[in-house]
Amino acid sequence: MSNNRNISVALWTLTTKEIRRFLRIWIQTLVPPAVTMSLYFVIFGSLIGPRIGTMDGFDYIQFMIPGLIMMSVITNSYANVVSSFYSVKFQRSIEELLISPMPNWTILLGFVLGGVCRGCLIGFIVFGVSLLFYPDFTVVSPLLTLTVLFLTSILFSLMGFINAVFADSFDDISVIPTFVLTPLIYLGGVFYSINILPDFWRAVSMANPMLYVVNTFRAGMLGVSDVSIGFALGMILGFIGLLTGSCLYLLEKGTGIRQ
Amino acid sequence: MAYALEISDLKKTYPGGTEALKGISFAVEEGDFYALLGPNGAGKSSTIGIIGSLVTKTAGRVKIFGIDADEDLALAKTMLGVVSQEINFSGFEKVIDIVVTQAGFYGIPKSIALPKVEKMLKRLSLWDKRNDQARTLSGGYKRRVMIAKALIHEPKLLILDEPTAGVDIELRREMWTFLKEINENGTTIILTTHYLEEAEQLCRNIGIIDGGLIVENTSMRNLLSRLNVQGFVFDLESPLDKAPEIEGFPLKLEDPLTLVVAVNKERSINALFAELSSLGIKVNSMRNESNRLEELFIEMVKK
Repeated sequence: MSNNRNISVALWTLTTKEIRRFLRIWIQTLVPPAVTMSLYFVIFGSLIGPRIGTMDGFDYIQFMIPGLIMMSVITNSYANVVSSFYSVKFQRSIEELLISPMPNWTILLGFVLGGVCRGCLIGFIVFGVSLLFYPDFTVVSPLLTLTVLFLTSILFSLMGFINAVFADSFDDISVIPTFVLTPLIYLGGVFYSINILPDFWRAVSMANPMLYVVNTFRAGMLGVSDVSIGFALGMILGFIGLLTGSCLYLLEKGTGIRQ
Repeated sequence: MAYALEISDLKKTYPGGTEALKGISFAVEEGDFYALLGPNGAGKSSTIGIIGSLVTKTAGRVKIFGIDADEDLALAKTMLGVVSQEINFSGFEKVIDIVVTQAGFYGIPKSIALPKVEKMLKRLSLWDKRNDQARTLSGGYKRRVMIAKALIHEPKLLILDEPTAGVDIELRREMWTFLKEINENGTTIILTTHYLEEAEQLCRNIGIIDGGLIVENTSMRNLLSRLNVQGFVFDLESPLDKAPEIEGFPLKLEDPLTLVVAVNKERSINALFAELSSLGIKVNSMRNESNRLEELFIEMVKK
């Protein structure tokens, strides 16, 4: 596949296939985050939130909205790629891609774009749900918000891809989300500002990469952050570069996909 | 001479040390219908896997229509279609989507692919099932989808890894007709199969692989001509108590109405008929005792 037109057709084909896949099973992919987040808004936002008072000068539910959107984006972009790529390995339809003349970067980009589309779509759905509970919410910096949304989806789609490459069973694709991603997200400033933590735990929290993602997104939506925006964006971009290189290396080497 | 496929000193050692290919070399001429045979674990699927980029080779070279896969893999792949042994598509997609998507992976836009897909699905009697989810199809129809997928980009070389495994006789015959037709239209075909009758019916040339080595690579005619003895089964009109004794023809009575004989290729079977006739034994029908190629194959791989 040498000319750009053929490559763009192949990329479009794979990306639309990925989008069709998560839309076809919308009841499993699009509805659960909306339901779960509604419960968070009801319990922590409407019932408990008023007793907590304000966080960083915002109503608690208002403070929580960017964190919950980011939590949904991270878990869904990751889950989309890890489950989709592992499934094509499991049912051997990876052979359709490996036999074709598609370059490795096209295969990676197709899966990542699928994850980005699901992640961003979920982000908009959860934001829509949040408006039902807090209709006055206004986004301070739409450009920063959308940029972080997009970059975060890319970052966690790439992570999902690497997980799927090494996965040998369906158990392997749930271990990282359950035991690594979820604790880091919950402790990454979704529900609280690290300013309320004692010094020691605040320092520990600074080592949590989720903190930078959540806070940069919060900076876009509310205009406040516990971390430096420039540094956080640099970290996100750096990790995207590193993970992209790693994914391409794994594809080239055939790890987990070629015998 | 133009070659569709040239394999040189191909080696494959799997992690764990299993040496699947010990340096095989063979070439398949353009337009050929070539059988690659061998017992289970001989190295057939490893060879096909390497050609189709599904398996990473340890050493050696693969050229497809003169294009070295190490130098321009993408171009080499555009000329190749592979029908794998195992079903390798998502069962949750519609038949038509599976084939259109495969065309897309080769850079064929949907608008161009659709008429081709329609023609292909109609040719393979899949058109009526185009909107069915693939998982609902029978094994035979799934095989047809595999073939449609492999052919949708019109490859010049088609490799089929046991395409008729587990399909009924009628479908197998239909597939043979189809494969003969595309071969006559210029597609080079390489076939692996455990049905040696299939290889004998379809293929002009044959390679036999065993223990990771090519033990034979010749024309089907040449191979079959090496067979010295052929077995026949006679269905008799009247029952016999014991097998008649005729010099030069070792006869065995399988049951009172079935006589089996091994005829040396230097001897005429007419002479046997004459002898049987003189003994008053009438033969209603006659058939080969077993597949001729099978006998040779077993002989070669047990060496």
